[in-house]
Amino acid sequence: MPHLLEIRNLAVEFATARGRFRAVDGVDVTVDPGEILCIVGESGSGKSVSMLAAMGLIAWPGKVTADVMRFDGADLLALSPRARRQVVGKDMAMIFQEPMSSLNPCYSVGWQIAEALRTHHAVPRAQVRARVIELLDQVGIPDPAGRMGAFPHQLSGGMNQRVMIAMAIACNPRFLVADEPTTALDVTIQKQILDLLVALQRERGMGLVLITHDMGVVAETAHRVQVMYAGQMVEEQKTVGLFANPRHPYTEALLDALPERAMGRSRLPTIPGMVPGIDDRPAGCLFNPRCRFADDLCRQVQPPPFQAEGLHVRCHHPRPEIVLPEVPA
Amino acid sequence: MSGAENPSAATAVNAALPMPSAARLFWRGFAENRGAVIGLGVMVTLLVLAAGAEFFAPHAPIEQFREYFLVPPVWEEGGSWSFPLGTDDVGRDVFSRLIFGARLSLVIGFSVVTLSLTCGTALGLTAAFVGGWVDSAIMRLMDVLLVFPSLLLAIVIVAILGPGLFNAMLAVAIVALPAYTRLSRASALAELARDYVTATRCAGAGRLHLMFSTVLPNCLAPLIVQASLGFSSAVLDAAALGFLGLGAQPPTPEWGTMLAGALQFYQRAWWVLTFPGLAILITVLAFNLFGDGLRDALDPKLKR
Amino acid sequence: MSVLMQAEDLRRYYQVGGGLFVPRAVVKAVDGVSFTLRTGETLAVVGESGCGKSTLARMVTLMELPSSGELFIEGEATSQQNEAERRRLRLNVQMVFQNPYGSLNPRKTVGAILEEPLALNHRGNRAERVATARAMMDRVGLRQDQYGRYPHMFSGGQRQRIAIARALMLNPRVVVADEPVSALDVSIQAQVLNLMMDLQDEFKLAYLFISHDLSVVRHIAREVLVLYCGRPVEHGTKAGIFENPLHPYTRALLAATPSVDPLHSKHTAAVKGELPSPLNPPAGCAFASRCPHATDRCTAERPEWREVEGRLVACHFAGSV
Repeated sequence: MPHLLEIRNLAVEFATARGRFRAVDGVDVTVDPGEILCIVGESGSGKSVSMLAAMGLIAWPGKVTADVMRFDGADLLALSPRARRQVVGKDMAMIFQEPMSSLNPCYSVGWQIAEALRTHHAVPRAQVRARVIELLDQVGIPDPAGRMGAFPHQLSGGMNQRVMIAMAIACNPRFLVADEPTTALDVTIQKQILDLLVALQRERGMGLVLITHDMGVVAETAHRVQVMYAGQMVEEQKTVGLFANPRHPYTEALLDALPERAMGRSRLPTIPGMVPGIDDRPAGCLFNPRCRFADDLCRQVQPPPFQAEGLHVRCHHPRPEIVLPEVPA
Repeated sequence: MSGAENPSAATAVNAALPMPSAARLFWRGFAENRGAVIGLGVMVTLLVLAAGAEFFAPHAPIEQFREYFLVPPVWEEGGSWSFPLGTDDVGRDVFSRLIFGARLSLVIGFSVVTLSLTCGTALGLTAAFVGGWVDSAIMRLMDVLLVFPSLLLAIVIVAILGPGLFNAMLAVAIVALPAYTRLSRASALAELARDYVTATRCAGAGRLHLMFSTVLPNCLAPLIVQASLGFSSAVLDAAALGFLGLGAQPPTPEWGTMLAGALQFYQRAWWVLTFPGLAILITVLAFNLFGDGLRDALDPKLKR
Repeated sequence: MSVLMQAEDLRRYYQVGGGLFVPRAVVKAVDGVSFTLRTGETLAVVGESGCGKSTLARMVTLMELPSSGELFIEGEATSQQNEAERRRLRLNVQMVFQNPYGSLNPRKTVGAILEEPLALNHRGNRAERVATARAMMDRVGLRQDQYGRYPHMFSGGQRQRIAIARALMLNPRVVVADEPVSALDVSIQAQVLNLMMDLQDEFKLAYLFISHDLSVVRHIAREVLVLYCGRPVEHGTKAGIFENPLHPYTRALLAATPSVDPLHSKHTAAVKGELPSPLNPPAGCAFASRCPHATDRCTAERPEWREVEGRLVACHFAGSV
């Protein structure tokens, strides 16, 4: 089966005052229909950049290169900007972290959803209003006909995020990117929004990419997880495998640092140091200054990606594989 | 691994790369703007000329050469090297008067800006910190000042106080006051809402310490920019008052006053009118360019 | 263990509106919070946005006075004191903020930031202040050669170390930490939490730890106070609250917190609805509109604070549902 989205060897460079900076380097992303992929990483890891590149949202001075960038069989690199805009927003949609600032405060939420429908001629003009109400209802907004005329500042953060989701699914996209969709929301509202996203994804068989820094969100929603570190994809695995048997030392350390995993211990295991910034990326493996297992090889040579069945690790010394007990489905 | 050994590793990576100093970063941002650097160059030139006016000017500014009325500039027919930019209707050297005028303009600009900046900032900070009716009173007073067209207000003030250079400067300073007051109040309110102010209060700081040691330094950037732009409008307003006969009185070599005196000769002797006008234009332009560059360099929001 | 801070029925009401066309309204930001904080203890205050956490933090640091109720610091009642006395008491309670980018004065060097509290209170001479500041930098894991650097040269985690160091310069007894790790990445969060726990042991500090992150609270707290819309809903030991939550809101919070174990994901239903508007709070229980067990009694009658299974709960049906 061909992938819904396939990106090979993606690199995104930004020209900064201090020279060229690779925000993302050598990243592969594949998403199948009906699949939830989580991209997880700390701030500055470039976890949003690869999806922004796929959506064609990297503006000057950013520069995108890739060997393959294919959506549903169409080569995104070869499309004209005009043809690409037809795809983005219709078949590919995206929602962002701050619902308040992603919506235009000058227009009512109903108008903004209708605009998305009109732009892509998704429904005949006469039916736009009915479709907007239907969409608002689908994302769980009470009294959808009444809320159509509401402005973003009159709604809560959770409601605005629902409006954003309604706008994103307005044209029945087959692929949805959610960039930290719940980070700005309260815990109980976060749960509602995640449940809604997963339900919509399942119902419509969409490919969903969820970008997050929250391991709890990953564990509860993802089918497959991609771990980013300093612009590189360091590990990719199925969710259950990643949490039970992380193969990259960074993933392992990241999971160990979670307070929830340290039950009973008074001090948390930590990762020394911090994510390298623009101008202090080390030679060799990018994680080597913080890695417990680093040796001279790690300090000198960048590890090549190691591929195996359902697994991708970028490490000279991946953690040993543990044979997992069979999980009842 | 324990928490104690982390920081050394954390900072080891950092230590290798010294961060550029604040002044360096500022200069880099400033120098990106070519206009601003040219403005700075003109400003420095003016400053040097004004400081050494006695040295650079060939003649005294009020010395009259009876046999040389309205001598044209040196490159025109009948011009002479002893009066490079010609002479005016009573035989004074235009070039010398311009140089001494530069000194006057800079003094005017500097005093006006200093006066309105200090008073405006003090009023703005008071309004922001005290709040309540004091805030309302100060800000409504500023609104009243803003109601009048600036030159009209300045003319009214000079008319009340009587014409003269000092009163003109005072009038221009009062006209400029609302801009500084509003700006400093707005940025002080923004800073007051930030956590470091609360933290300093927690540490036992009193109101005066918060006002001048904690908040004021963080409000300075927009005020400095406003001051550099205000400098040019002060020079312009003072020249306008001089032109209307309400500022510096003849024979003081003030640019606006020079323009006013030369008005009747604009057909016969263009140079008497053109050079003071050009001097005002160049000075104002230089300060505006410099102010723009300053804003670009100091305002992180405009940085790429 | 001695009692460092005691809050008795703290309330803070704000008047809002009252313009030409807007009727006046009262927002009850904090409505009847009581707790006791002892040496070396951590009390976590948990709740979502608008629950009154930040107002509570401003009251216990004496930035604001309660509308009613009394706060005792080291046994001294604060509401009757004059300004000078209050300032003296305030020094016992220092604060660490959520956003390490906004809580440090960008125009001051780290050294100046750390010395400022000492200078303001005339403690020691200049040389002694420098020595104390340097010792504190060492203690929180900052290198001494960073003494003359400005905050913008540090990462978020390092800035939070500076903020913690500043809070400890006056040897406070109580530190109010308002979401101190929620702006930090996971790996940095662990470093800062460990540091806070080390410092608590060393200086016998009491923490009032304000957070919305239950996994962090579970790690660091001894006691937990859950707030909802300015009202306390449940208060008890960590073990009690996490293993057997009595109030439906506490249960909803725990259920909504994602688990990091994909094999034991909680596929519970999310609690429905949103937080009620603070301008128009419900007459009865604030959680009634979202509660799965709500009855008519809950919407009509505000539940009293009562003891159930050794814990304080504000729910009519605690222990029975």
